[in-house]
Amino acid sequence: MYKIIKAEFIAPNVKSFIIEAPHIAKKRQAGQFIILRVHEKGERIPITIADSNAEEGWINIIVQGLGKTSAHLNTLETGDHLQDLVGPLGLPTHIENWGTLVCMSGGVGTAEALPIAAAGKAAGNRVISIIGARNKDLIIAEDRMAEVVDEVRISTDDGSTGRHGLVTDVLQDLMDEGIKPDMIVAIGPLPMMAAVSNQTKEIGIPTMVSLNAIMVDGTGMCGACRATVGGKTVFVCVDGPEFDGHQVDFKELGSRQKMYKKQEEESHKCFLERQMKKMKAEEKKAEATS
Amino acid sequence: MIRERPQSFNEVPMKERLTIPRQEMPEQDAVERSGNFLEVNLGLTPEQAVIEAQRCIECKKPTCMDGCPVSIKIPDFIQLICNQDFIGAADKIKEDNSLPAICGRVCPQETQCEEVCVMGKRFEPVAIGRLERFVADYAMNHGGSDAKTIEKPEPTGQKVAIVGSGPAGLAVASDLIKEGHEVTVFEALHEFGGVLVYGIPEFRLPKVILKEEVASLEAMGVKFVKNFIVGRTMTIQELMAEEGFDAVFLGLGAGLPRFMNIPGENLNGVYSANEFLTRSNLMRGYDFPEWDTPLYRAKHAIVVGGGNTAMDAVRTAKRLGAEEASIVYRRSEEEMPARNEEIHHAKEEGVEFMNLVNPIEFISDDQGSVVAAKCLRMELGEPDDSGRRRPVPMEGSEFIMDVDMVVIAVGNGSNPLIAQTTPEIDTNKWGNIVADDDGRTSMEGVFAGGDIVSGGATVILAMGQGRKSAIAINEYLRTKVGSTS
Repeated sequence: MYKIIKAEFIAPNVKSFIIEAPHIAKKRQAGQFIILRVHEKGERIPITIADSNAEEGWINIIVQGLGKTSAHLNTLETGDHLQDLVGPLGLPTHIENWGTLVCMSGGVGTAEALPIAAAGKAAGNRVISIIGARNKDLIIAEDRMAEVVDEVRISTDDGSTGRHGLVTDVLQDLMDEGIKPDMIVAIGPLPMMAAVSNQTKEIGIPTMVSLNAIMVDGTGMCGACRATVGGKTVFVCVDGPEFDGHQVDFKELGSRQKMYKKQEEESHKCFLERQMKKMKAEEKKAEATS
Repeated sequence: MIRERPQSFNEVPMKERLTIPRQEMPEQDAVERSGNFLEVNLGLTPEQAVIEAQRCIECKKPTCMDGCPVSIKIPDFIQLICNQDFIGAADKIKEDNSLPAICGRVCPQETQCEEVCVMGKRFEPVAIGRLERFVADYAMNHGGSDAKTIEKPEPTGQKVAIVGSGPAGLAVASDLIKEGHEVTVFEALHEFGGVLVYGIPEFRLPKVILKEEVASLEAMGVKFVKNFIVGRTMTIQELMAEEGFDAVFLGLGAGLPRFMNIPGENLNGVYSANEFLTRSNLMRGYDFPEWDTPLYRAKHAIVVGGGNTAMDAVRTAKRLGAEEASIVYRRSEEEMPARNEEIHHAKEEGVEFMNLVNPIEFISDDQGSVVAAKCLRMELGEPDDSGRRRPVPMEGSEFIMDVDMVVIAVGNGSNPLIAQTTPEIDTNKWGNIVADDDGRTSMEGVFAGGDIVSGGATVILAMGQGRKSAIAINEYLRTKVGSTS
């Protein structure tokens, strides 16, 4: 069992976990992920490591409660335990001094972009972070990002903070100001990574994306996470998770991500019903004792 | 070497033994079982086991042992069954094979011990596999003996790391713990057993059997560590230099599933056999949504391939409710690598066999899900490198069939993790670890066996390689002590 040292919501439905994992903390590098199971009948889900501390022996992950497993995970509190945790998995991010590095992130992708931005800065790059979200409340890790990069720019779909628009609009602004990125890293929801890759392909800026595929074992045994990159099938868990965004078949990956949409909805519904029952039972109990 | 003959407890006169019919193992009804995941074979009764054991004619030169990759003392344990000493018989097997309940179920006895049984030349061979299974189960259900009777060896103070808890790793662990070494097994997944837990279905090998076998190794002193990926969580070098392991055995198993490289293979509903079986077996997808991992329940499933894995996959698809579950195989039934018993069971359960057919494309709907397979009919030409007749496409034979799930079961490549993280260990062009007959790799103190070396074989062959490596590791550790003291 793996102890949760600290759990706290950092945005609506988005929770940050500090988990005791000395071996993983010692080994992990930017871009790598873990696989966890919440309970003994749980599924295995991959989550990118946002931060770690080798001396104190912990890792940090940021989770948005979208489906059954992530929603269940987000009910866990400080002091609770995870059923299983394994890692670090995947190849570390290739970092070099490109010159100007722009890290574009959406949603919880910002937490995953953090270690890459920090490593990029340490390697001597000028690093600009572009953070995008639907609205002000969903912008996460802005302060932490500001600590490690040269400049942070924000965009929201509704204009509640930062530039009204998408991260691609902010990139265009940068270019219009005469800033020419030498390298782009895009991490976030698939449509966002696809849009960025489309934009940068036209203007010829190398772009790396971190693919979030469905996985089971995460060590190259099952092939659930396959994607097409440059016309070839790759296994995201051992060949990635980072790839040349200009070569990725986003349409195929998008439909593969929806492979279990129906089952996931069913599972999520079951979970919510169970939670509701539990809450009602607790309410009753409280009433009875008062 | 002259073998001492076991004491005979068989009172049936020699001539009569030839007339006893081979005892059939009771099975779950075919229609009923094709709708559940309970074990198909039910095992011999004690009465049947004694009768079957009495069929053994106690050959002066028992060839059966030569047919066994781990040289179980078959005549000896059969005599103990004649004497109704079932636990004694189980212990006799355990001298050479630490996992009898598993091997009694999944070994291809018909091409090993039973194929060379002298009785089989004129009559039917003694059902050695069924007897092995019977005594192993009997011992398990009656408290066994294992750790209780086996004396704890003098500790050597030497540490061995075993990477992978599949059949090769478990065999090595069992042999080395008996030598007094400190043995730790590292497993990447959250359950122990490797292919025995993620690959072989419940209806062929119930998980409780595997858990018992692992527990008995634990009772003997083997340490088991799960959720630990050697190469990532810690490298081999770190295990040896920092954690003080004197030797390492790599039983990583097969790796990356092979695909056919045809259009449409990444459509939704197209699985590798590894993924489909892992979702069902390890993750219990057949109990979704009680268990969280989802799994397709197809109406028309096809499984491409003709090995045991293909049979496991197609029989799983049938149990998940497929109206039609078919094997699609490019050669004929004669060339199928699967065990006869598996083919026979699949047929009984209503699996269809489309032999001499090969898919060339999978077709999707507008949602990216597979809805049809385009196939060619094949005929057999001249023999190829494998000695089997090469399948050749028949001209103008293209046809399309409706399918809503495809499982590709055409074998595995190798796992790239160790090659990625341990360049000192030589691999061949297929990515398999290069090891000599005793499992020695190019890195000192590091041994390897099972599918990561052979590329894909059976449980018992992996165990056999593991046992050979265990002898070599023991030898290595002895010389290591000698050179440092």
